[in-house]
Amino acid sequence: MNRYPLWKNILVLLVVSLGIIFALPNIYGDDPALQITTEDGSPISVSTLDSVQDALEENEINFLASAIESDAIIVRFQNVESQLSAVRVLSEYLPYHVVALTLAPRTPALLKYFGLQPMSLGLDLRGGVHFLYQVDLDTAINQYLTNFEADLRTDLREAGIRNRIRINQDQIEIPIIEDSQYDLAGEVIRRLDPSLVVTTEDFGEDRGYLVSLSNTQITQRQNFAIQQNTITLRNRVNELGVAEPIVQRQGLNRIVVQLPGVQDPSQAERILGATATLEFRLVDFENDAFAADSSGRVPLNSILRLREDGSPVLLRRDVIVSGDQLTDASFAYSQGVPAVSVRLNNQGATRMLETTQANLNRPMAVLYIEEKPEIVNQDGEEIIINTREETVINTATIRGVFSSNFQITGVTPFEGQDLALLLRAGALATPIIKVEERTIGPSLGQDNIDKGKAAVIIGLLLVVFFMSIYYRVFGVVANIALLLNLVLIIALLSLLQASLTLPGIAGIVLTVGMAVDANVLIFERIKEEIANKNSPQASIRAGYEKAFSTIADANITTLIAALVLFSFGTGPIKGFAVTLALGIITSMFTAIIGTRALVNLIYGYRSPKSLSIGSLRRYAK
Amino acid sequence: MQNNQIKINFLSIRKLTSIVSLALITISIFSIFFKGLNLGIDFTGGLLLEVSYDQQADLAEIRSALINGGFETPLVQSFGTASDVLIRLSPQAQDGGVVRDQALELLSSQDSSVQLRRIEFVGPQVGEDLTEQGGISMLIALILIFIYVMLRFRWKFAAGTISALFHDCIIVLGAFSLFGLSFDLTVLAAILATIGYSLNDTIVVFDRIRENFRVMRRETPINIINFSLNQIIGRTIITSLTTMIVLFALFILGGESVSGFARALIIGVFVGTYSSIYIASTSILALNITVEDLLPPKREEEEDTP
Repeated sequence: MNRYPLWKNILVLLVVSLGIIFALPNIYGDDPALQITTEDGSPISVSTLDSVQDALEENEINFLASAIESDAIIVRFQNVESQLSAVRVLSEYLPYHVVALTLAPRTPALLKYFGLQPMSLGLDLRGGVHFLYQVDLDTAINQYLTNFEADLRTDLREAGIRNRIRINQDQIEIPIIEDSQYDLAGEVIRRLDPSLVVTTEDFGEDRGYLVSLSNTQITQRQNFAIQQNTITLRNRVNELGVAEPIVQRQGLNRIVVQLPGVQDPSQAERILGATATLEFRLVDFENDAFAADSSGRVPLNSILRLREDGSPVLLRRDVIVSGDQLTDASFAYSQGVPAVSVRLNNQGATRMLETTQANLNRPMAVLYIEEKPEIVNQDGEEIIINTREETVINTATIRGVFSSNFQITGVTPFEGQDLALLLRAGALATPIIKVEERTIGPSLGQDNIDKGKAAVIIGLLLVVFFMSIYYRVFGVVANIALLLNLVLIIALLSLLQASLTLPGIAGIVLTVGMAVDANVLIFERIKEEIANKNSPQASIRAGYEKAFSTIADANITTLIAALVLFSFGTGPIKGFAVTLALGIITSMFTAIIGTRALVNLIYGYRSPKSLSIGSLRRYAK
Repeated sequence: MQNNQIKINFLSIRKLTSIVSLALITISIFSIFFKGLNLGIDFTGGLLLEVSYDQQADLAEIRSALINGGFETPLVQSFGTASDVLIRLSPQAQDGGVVRDQALELLSSQDSSVQLRRIEFVGPQVGEDLTEQGGISMLIALILIFIYVMLRFRWKFAAGTISALFHDCIIVLGAFSLFGLSFDLTVLAAILATIGYSLNDTIVVFDRIRENFRVMRRETPINIINFSLNQIIGRTIITSLTTMIVLFALFILGGESVSGFARALIIGVFVGTYSSIYIASTSILALNITVEDLLPPKREEEEDTP
């Protein structure tokens, strides 16, 4: 007879109840909210919570609740309008805090206790900014090669070997002037780094060596550049104050940054893409900067740079301290003048101490460096060119010895704040360029949610209506399976925390339409069996059995298409592929095992004379 | 059981349908080749702004404001409602951020009620990558499916499947090209989903054909195929119907952002259903399918012999 063994019924029940439990957090919805954290990551205090409440009451902004939830104050609002006016008020009230827009789920405490969460919504549903950055790997490799060139130059000089070392594209050429030193030079060069590729080369009159990076070194360097940039971008995003940001490598040379809730792409972009850093150098006061500027002849150990007003300054070639040796930076007013206070790491502090001791009463300069990558079209090919702007923002006489802590003046308040933030977050190892941006306003996000919901619900109702009319009791069984399928998709999405996007909803809608296919196949098969004068019980059994391989084949091929879509991988398509693939898998379970369990319950324990499966006219003879 | 169920002689019009399909494919290829696709900024690169106004927007005024502001050939059109406007600026080699800020400033100085709904900036290099990736993934999908069908059936079935899929892809692309419909990433996803759907349909047909070849060994292939098509036509129609129902729900209610996706799939499901009946089965007939081609793989064959 058509009965499931106990374990199969239990399995179905188990999947159904787990599905319902995991999907449950989604029915509560969420509130527009603000997330308030301290700028330096220290724990938030109860007094801050009080002043937040006072500030909101004072400005007559309605809020639903405010509480400390895991190191952050979460303030919930009735609507987006009060949320937006609150963010303006609170940002002014709380200077050393980060106030970020977010959505706070209304999940009950019990569910939260078990770690259950609602689906996370993609940017197109909740609003926010998406950036895709491309890391300029060629520059990363060039920088690396330049470092080796400098090291080789030093090593060869120390070994007393005369040479004409130079960089030619992706190789270092080292012609050796005195041929007697040729073998010794080879030893010195090979000693630096065994993984460098060293070959011998004839440079016309001189014999010499060619040094290039090995493939492993190149790959390592590229990976390093991307990892370092990802970390820096993550730091900068944290400085910006965004709830639940995403910073992730994508493909070989790209980094994706998603900032939910952010509405001003310009501000975010200015901070994320900037490559500003500082260098401290001694001023070359022995030579005349104006003379060097007009004649174009710069002393050998100096470089010529301009102040913001355009006047020239000569600086020593040696850098005392550079931006990567900074451990902290903050903006403040020092004696009424905007200033950036910086702190150096040990190595930088030692260098600074030695330099200031040896150069008391001599001038030192702060050089502000900004790199801006730009894409230009050269001979029909898009190439990235870096323009490097170096400006002397301040020169001052060293009045006393200092090491790890000091202040820099000569900035406007606006520049000072950005500079402090950028120095804190660290420099980008390699310039990045924005290759894609998507900004979704909050109103559009809500629109998308509403429209998506409407499409799912109406589509589902129509299909349910049609199936009940056409297949009667069996149609109702298929409908229950369809609803269960929807619950399972939502449960899996919540469990995986894969973000739901508008194309994702489209995938769910499509699944609703296609999921009934398996049941249609089975039911039509049962009808055929009945038309062939088989008993109702035998027809049910044969229908399920014969349709199975067809359903499996058809679904596996569709799954292949979904997997290809997934691996294709960019944002909107991925969201669609995820829900489509999940939908196919869950529908196989609900449409075959789920409906069979129900059909067995209905018909398995009696001997029906006929089945309520709709018209058999098409099969009548 | 064998002959009494043929009610519709599907294959009697197979010459006609082949001519219709060939004609559609030719028109599609000509259109794709000469007219091209109306590619969205996902592929071409460029800047797209969606803004909304308090009242009905004056498109001509917005356009002239942008042209006066130094933007060449801005595309300004209403989007969904009369107060929503979609602005597309041509691909810029430079950083999109500057252009975006300029354009937004221009718009808000012209009408302060303007509200930003959406910005999309795609650099030219991303667009190129996508076009390439899109083509590659479509090819990979087709190859993997060919392999799977070949393992589960035989090569003539695989060839039939693939020709049906090519038929569907080209006609959907052709429709988008011919009517100048905007072709973006979601449409590409819809075409790949069409492949999935059409494939599903074709496999169901082939499964039945294979099954019937086992039990109806004395019949001619054309009769067996016709018989099989009659057996599964009910399922084909009902599944297409339910899928169409949800797609129309998505098309009408889902908003402008997914309308292109829904439109592509509606065309795709329609063509896919037709092709699984006519193209797939006519292909295997044209490949001169014989009983040997359709015998199940060896292992099952042993079980089959009495």
